[in-house]
Amino acid sequence: MNRLRFTDGIRDSIPIALGYLSVSFGFGIMASGAGLSPLTAALISLCNVTSAGQVAGLSVMTAGGTLFEMALTQLVINMRYALMSLSLSQKMDKSFTIPHRLASSFFITDEIFAVAAGKSCDINKKYMYGLGILPVLSWTSGTLLGAVAGELLPEAVKNALGIAIYGMFVAIVIPASKKSAGTAAVVAAAVAISCAMKYIPAFSFISPGFAVIICAVAAALAGAVFFPVPSSDDKEAE
Amino acid sequence: MSTMIYIAVMAGVTYLIRMLPNVIFRKKITSPLIKSFLYYVPYATLGAMTIPAILYSTGDIITAAAGLTVAVILSLKERSLIEVAVSACAAAYITGLLLRLTEIVH
Repeated sequence: MNRLRFTDGIRDSIPIALGYLSVSFGFGIMASGAGLSPLTAALISLCNVTSAGQVAGLSVMTAGGTLFEMALTQLVINMRYALMSLSLSQKMDKSFTIPHRLASSFFITDEIFAVAAGKSCDINKKYMYGLGILPVLSWTSGTLLGAVAGELLPEAVKNALGIAIYGMFVAIVIPASKKSAGTAAVVAAAVAISCAMKYIPAFSFISPGFAVIICAVAAALAGAVFFPVPSSDDKEAE
Repeated sequence: MSTMIYIAVMAGVTYLIRMLPNVIFRKKITSPLIKSFLYYVPYATLGAMTIPAILYSTGDIITAAAGLTVAVILSLKERSLIEVAVSACAAAYITGLLLRLTEIVH
């Protein structure tokens, strides 16, 4: 029988942790550019552990948005975690009592979910904690380093690093769009709406946080109606 | 508005989204519409957050466009997240250097 250990989780998490270190560095620079102190930036990363949600949250903060806007932005952008959490809940073995479910839910990210969900057997709590600890630490320390460096680095380097996190977004979206026409259509629609809101003066009253929500909900809903995703059972049947 | 209140709301909502389904729901979602909607939300979000914001991420639209172009090309080749992110930064940096060089020359 396959018994996953804490160290198996650690080993599987090393590539994730390295990736997070570089991307969170970019977030740190972005946060320091927005006027946050390095410790505040690191605190955001420590208690959120998510890229897109943090970037959007930062823009709500700097725009002086309402708390309702902040909550709704996080809800929409991070809604995918609900699906991952749901999926992982079916894969957790008996070692996951309620307190361990409460604790391990904290670090469900796209990458950690992908690795955990990809295991052929059920996962136990030791493995899950092993998988989570390094990515959370590297996400936080990378942010701290980036925010400190943001105050020290020459302007030209800092400017160039500002694109890092968006580069990662592109690297997530494009391969998925290549594989699925539905995804490509959804992304194209979201981009079109986003540009319309940015450049058409009539929409200028919409704050950046709400703009992202409107784009995401409209494009994803259209995608769900016109390009329903085949269920996993159908996929297995193919 | 205090920064700490923003962070608390942000972290609280994000945690609840991750925690509630794991602890409360055990049944699988069966509605194809909801499943498809949840499947598409991350891509729609990232698309909307990236364009046009990426063009203003380096303080110069030309260096940002260079970074975006490199990111798109490498992503089409399905390179890793880090590779794409670092290459986009390098492209933006080098383009910035070249722009300043041409300014000096003129």
